[in-house]
Amino acid sequence: MNERQWQSTDVEVNRSDGTKNSETFTPAPAKDQFQEELVIRPLHSGDIYASFQFRTLWDTDFLQEGQKKVSHYRLFPKSLGQVLSKFSVQELHISFTQGFWRTMQWGQPFIPSPPGAELWVWFHHTVSDVDGNWKELTNVLSGIFCASLNFIDMTNTVQPSASFKPLGLGNATDHRFLRYATLPREIVCTENLTPWKKLLPCGSKAGLAVLMKSEKLFHSSFHSQAVHIRPICQDEQCTSKAWELRQTLNVVFDHYTSGQGKKEWSLFKMFSRTLTEACPLASSSKVYVDITDNPELFELSPATPLLSQAVVLGDRRTYSVYDLTRAETFGQLRSFNLLLRWKGDNMLRPLLHAERYVAGFGLQTGEIHTVIYNNHPYRAFPVLLMDSVPWYLQLYIHTLTVTSKSRDNKPSYIHYQPAKDRHRPHLLEMLIQLPPHSMTEVTVQFERALLKWTEYTPDPNHGFYVGSSVISALVPSMVAMSTNFTQDQPLFSSFVPVKEESSYFVRVYTEPLLVNLPTPDFSMPYNVICLTCTVVAVGYGSFYNLLTRTFQVDEPSPPLAKRLANFIRRIRGVPLLA
Amino acid sequence: MRIFAFIHLLVSIPHGYSNYVETKAGQFFSSGHTNNWAVLVCTSRFWFNYRHVANTLSVYRSVKRLGIPDSHIVLMLADDMACNYRNPKPATVFSHKNMELNVYGDDVEVDYRGYEVTVENFLRVLTGRLPPSTPRSKRLLSDDRSNILIYLTGHGGNGFLKFQDSEEISNMELADAFEQMWQKRRYNELLFIIDTCQGASMYERFYSPNLMALASSQVGEDSLSHQPDLAIGVHLMDKYTFYLLEFLEEVHPASQANMNDLFKVCPQSQCVSTPGHRTDLFQRDPGSVLITDFFGSVRKVEITKDTINLTSPVDRKKYITGFLCCQTNL
Repeated sequence: MNERQWQSTDVEVNRSDGTKNSETFTPAPAKDQFQEELVIRPLHSGDIYASFQFRTLWDTDFLQEGQKKVSHYRLFPKSLGQVLSKFSVQELHISFTQGFWRTMQWGQPFIPSPPGAELWVWFHHTVSDVDGNWKELTNVLSGIFCASLNFIDMTNTVQPSASFKPLGLGNATDHRFLRYATLPREIVCTENLTPWKKLLPCGSKAGLAVLMKSEKLFHSSFHSQAVHIRPICQDEQCTSKAWELRQTLNVVFDHYTSGQGKKEWSLFKMFSRTLTEACPLASSSKVYVDITDNPELFELSPATPLLSQAVVLGDRRTYSVYDLTRAETFGQLRSFNLLLRWKGDNMLRPLLHAERYVAGFGLQTGEIHTVIYNNHPYRAFPVLLMDSVPWYLQLYIHTLTVTSKSRDNKPSYIHYQPAKDRHRPHLLEMLIQLPPHSMTEVTVQFERALLKWTEYTPDPNHGFYVGSSVISALVPSMVAMSTNFTQDQPLFSSFVPVKEESSYFVRVYTEPLLVNLPTPDFSMPYNVICLTCTVVAVGYGSFYNLLTRTFQVDEPSPPLAKRLANFIRRIRGVPLLA
Repeated sequence: MRIFAFIHLLVSIPHGYSNYVETKAGQFFSSGHTNNWAVLVCTSRFWFNYRHVANTLSVYRSVKRLGIPDSHIVLMLADDMACNYRNPKPATVFSHKNMELNVYGDDVEVDYRGYEVTVENFLRVLTGRLPPSTPRSKRLLSDDRSNILIYLTGHGGNGFLKFQDSEEISNMELADAFEQMWQKRRYNELLFIIDTCQGASMYERFYSPNLMALASSQVGEDSLSHQPDLAIGVHLMDKYTFYLLEFLEEVHPASQANMNDLFKVCPQSQCVSTPGHRTDLFQRDPGSVLITDFFGSVRKVEITKDTINLTSPVDRKKYITGFLCCQTNL
């Protein structure tokens, strides 16, 4: 019989000296904490943007060697913890997105993500076989999130050299430990939301997660759910480190389809639910509403005196804060429903914006155009453009041109890794200086490859997707960003570490491309067989007949009267007429 | 004489009673299954095949409702209908034209989706020959005491079933896969339901024991769809599965409905096609097989206050391994 080994948990037990029974059992203070937050930002077009963030901070070390494996999980989900320790993951970012973020109409998102699925991972520097770990990690994550992430393999994985620096602590120099892949075709639906919700400490039973009903969330212009895991410093001097797990969900509800055309939103209208309590396991549970844009014309109920100012995305914004851990927020009815009404539309024009499209005609050649706009009136700044193009679009790098204001703009840094057929994709990274108030166009020509017939998907006439380009930049900020480290900063402003006051980090994703490759006619074998058989039958049949057919003279049949006369003569036994 | 008989009776009653307990215990351990699995496959792609996804999801919903957990269900959907851009009500898949029942629900886990639903993956799931990095949720971890329900739906013909309009599985391949499962002791009893045109041809070639099969139509007949919905614009469900769902909605975990009731689902007057079934390879009488033996996860629990003597170590092992379930490690 196999006996179970009960391992002791890593919670220290304080025993008073000398006593045998541990009656005075004081557990160590909990080393993990959970915060949840919802930010609601009305957009000038009448749409509304809701961003959920759930953060679990855990003071433990998955990757320390020699220590016994972490086995007691409280708020941190066990499935992710085991993934981190088994594959020696330093940082993990995975996102599933439906829809495209329209920067010009909606501004900048708090946490950007490209359409489809995106996964980038920094492995610990002790890992010897990064590719093997990557392959197994994608398979395990596909089981956890019910997504077909197992389609990530060497043909769509790249190692960016400069674009994806670690967002937490980590050795940023060796990009051999970084892997990046996107699946632009991946859909996100309730089957991905279900396991995502199950990772939260309160699940979808209490706290802000009760608002996540799939019928409303997916009936939106943009839906993105992500998981970000990284090690961070607990304090300013970085004496102790902790693991941070952030689960984010960004959704933009459309003014017309969900909003019935009115600039009036409430929690019930958006999510078909109201809030009744904060998650009991959360140390902080807040709802922020962005009221910066038009304070006089804005109507917000229930009113709250709590205001908070935060500098996020280079702008100082004012937020109304609702603290769900306080019972007064819920009022008499024990239910919290926010009502917003506003008129007018001032919006800060986004400083950085990009588009991408395919030009050309026919099924042989084409051209990828990426257009980047710098809307700052007088400041120029550099951006890092990263393009990962599948191998079946064969890029001709000698045709690469970068023009700004119709003049050549030579990038100061280019990292290009050519594709290898069926092995790895193209990777192109460039550092381009954008002149102020200008449009920069990057073009490169390509040729479409002919795939082997087994490599086509079951619906090849739909086309093949090319993942979004990533543009990472430090955009000059209108307002001084705060570099102070404070523990109780709201989550939405503390995602990206701020290194200097005068600029903020932003990542812009372009549209994915849908390219038609020359597709063979898969009904062709059937047609060919029919045609060939017909030709063979007609040809061979005629030939056979010619060779083997013999002709005989046949007497014409006599008229009816003669036939009748012959019949009577036969009966009588008399010779017949001719 | 009478006293003697009375004393004999008195003595034999306790002996008889303990015998009764032992035979009951023997029956309890020797027959039946200890866990349930379900493999539900929709093989069609494209928006106009909405009904096949609705078919599969309605069986998924029934099976979950009757107790089989997500970890024991392998759900394969070849295309996404719920969040398809053509769906006027996103994140929903309806089974009835008045949009009464959302079979997609709020708690669904799809294990194989989109391009992953291929003949190769289906056969690998059945036979267990998956690459080592496959996660647990994508594996059929059944053992020799598992009852498995396999449901297939899509477009089919005489002797084959089409996967995603680009490849096919033939009835011989399926029969061989089941034989592999039998030889590897991967099932105790298996119920195979298929809802396609000419579905009965798919179970013609089975030759492994303990298989029961149901199909929505005979060879030469087409299975028909039930009704279209004008708002969604496509047919919502197939007739056979629609009536099957109606039947299953009446079943609850304690129900005593048996397979003979299942065979009567959707007679020709309702279905237009003639549903067929095959029970010759099945050892038990279909009348004694409960619906919940395959569709639910009902454990036989008998509370007893008597001690049962487990004598030999061999017996003990046989009794105990019948109870142990798969451990859940990563």
